[in-house]
Amino acid sequence: MSSLLSVQDLHKSYGNLEVLKGIGFDLSAGEKLALIGPSGSGKSTCLRCVNFLEKPTSGTILLGGDRVGAKAGERPMSNRELAPQRAQMGMVFQGFNLWPHLSVRENVATPVRKVQGESAPVARALAEEMLAKVRMDHKADAMPEQLSGGQQQRVAIARALAQRPKLMLFDEPTSALDPELVGEVLNVIHELADEGRTMLLVTHEIAFARDVADRVMFLYDGLIEEEGPAREVIERPQRDRTKAFLSRMHG
Amino acid sequence: MLEFLDVYARHADQWGPRLADAAVVSARISILGFMLATVVGLILGLAQEASSRIVRTVVRGYIVFFRGVPVLAILFLIYFGLPGVGIVFDAEPAAVVGLGLAFAAQMAEVFRAGLGAIPRGQWEAAMSAGFRPAQTLFLIILPQVVRIIAAPVIVTFVALLKDSSLASLITVNELVLEGRALATEYFLPLHIYIWVGAMYFLIAFPLSMLAKYLAKRARGARA
Repeated sequence: MSSLLSVQDLHKSYGNLEVLKGIGFDLSAGEKLALIGPSGSGKSTCLRCVNFLEKPTSGTILLGGDRVGAKAGERPMSNRELAPQRAQMGMVFQGFNLWPHLSVRENVATPVRKVQGESAPVARALAEEMLAKVRMDHKADAMPEQLSGGQQQRVAIARALAQRPKLMLFDEPTSALDPELVGEVLNVIHELADEGRTMLLVTHEIAFARDVADRVMFLYDGLIEEEGPAREVIERPQRDRTKAFLSRMHG
Repeated sequence: MLEFLDVYARHADQWGPRLADAAVVSARISILGFMLATVVGLILGLAQEASSRIVRTVVRGYIVFFRGVPVLAILFLIYFGLPGVGIVFDAEPAAVVGLGLAFAAQMAEVFRAGLGAIPRGQWEAAMSAGFRPAQTLFLIILPQVVRIIAAPVIVTFVALLKDSSLASLITVNELVLEGRALATEYFLPLHIYIWVGAMYFLIAFPLSMLAKYLAKRARGARA
């Protein structure tokens, strides 16, 4: 069967610095893949290339069989042309990136109205539903600045869910949080995983990756060093670099 | 002192309506000029971040030119100069275009500062939500920029309003030119120019206070 997401021979350079040196993987519907690795290994860049927030230097991204970011004849898409493709992928950022001038409800509902073209009442209902899912419906009228980091991140997750995406992208969703707020966000992501959503997840939370992901990919210096079933890679790594990294992470 | 004020009492009927009409002209060229400056300034402000080096250089050149040349010279150039190459403006449109293009350079810098204050993540979140670039700009970025730049925008408008008096020199019948006409008619230039000055001040001063308040509030909000 064909995969939901297919990343083939992905390269990314900034000037002379080659950050990704040929990454390829497939993700089938409902599968959860965690990218782990030391900082600078290219895992965030890899994730950001999937929805073209970073333009790959070369390589192919297929979402549901459709080429992302390029039209026939390799012609690159403009941001305008990319918009409908990006809408199919819900992205959660390290820094939350809620829009500070919009209320919590509007943060979630505005893209539903403006991108999906739903009416205001439908968008509002969907926003409330998604906020309830992340247990933030009681703060629907609050402004983002009134929320804790963990609450903001849960709203950001609701915002991404409201896109009704084929695929969820998480870019270190708990790295900017105070330690005591990490749990509430991980719990929400865990619940989404249990719903059978397709997820690509960059994380430093090794135990979380082990428990939530089906597969883990360990990146080192722009290449896949090791990959396999999550529990196997994390509990019985084969490669020396993976072992060294994991032992550092476990302290 | 009473004598001095008595002059106003005696002439208010003649001066009042004429200066009021002229004030409408001043307001009109200021507001239209400012609207032009805002639109052109926004485009220039955005174009300064363009990926094309040629675009950036042209925009930079525009800004350097219009900030370095007196507004009066620009008005003369448009009203007296351009007919030489077959482009003829009436006085009032010439004033609007001149003020607009000159202050667009100012507004471009204001917009650039405001756009620069918005974190990249705001654009990224909007784009990954599926917003098109124009939607991102108008729904997400500009509403935040407007709050940041409210004070400098008002300061720029006040500067433009005061410089609109230069339009008197290309025959636009605005406050200063009408004041001069009255001054020669009634031989009371002191009284008349005080009145004219007061009309500018009554608009400019409250706006300046508002700008000060907004600037203070913006600083407080970020602290």
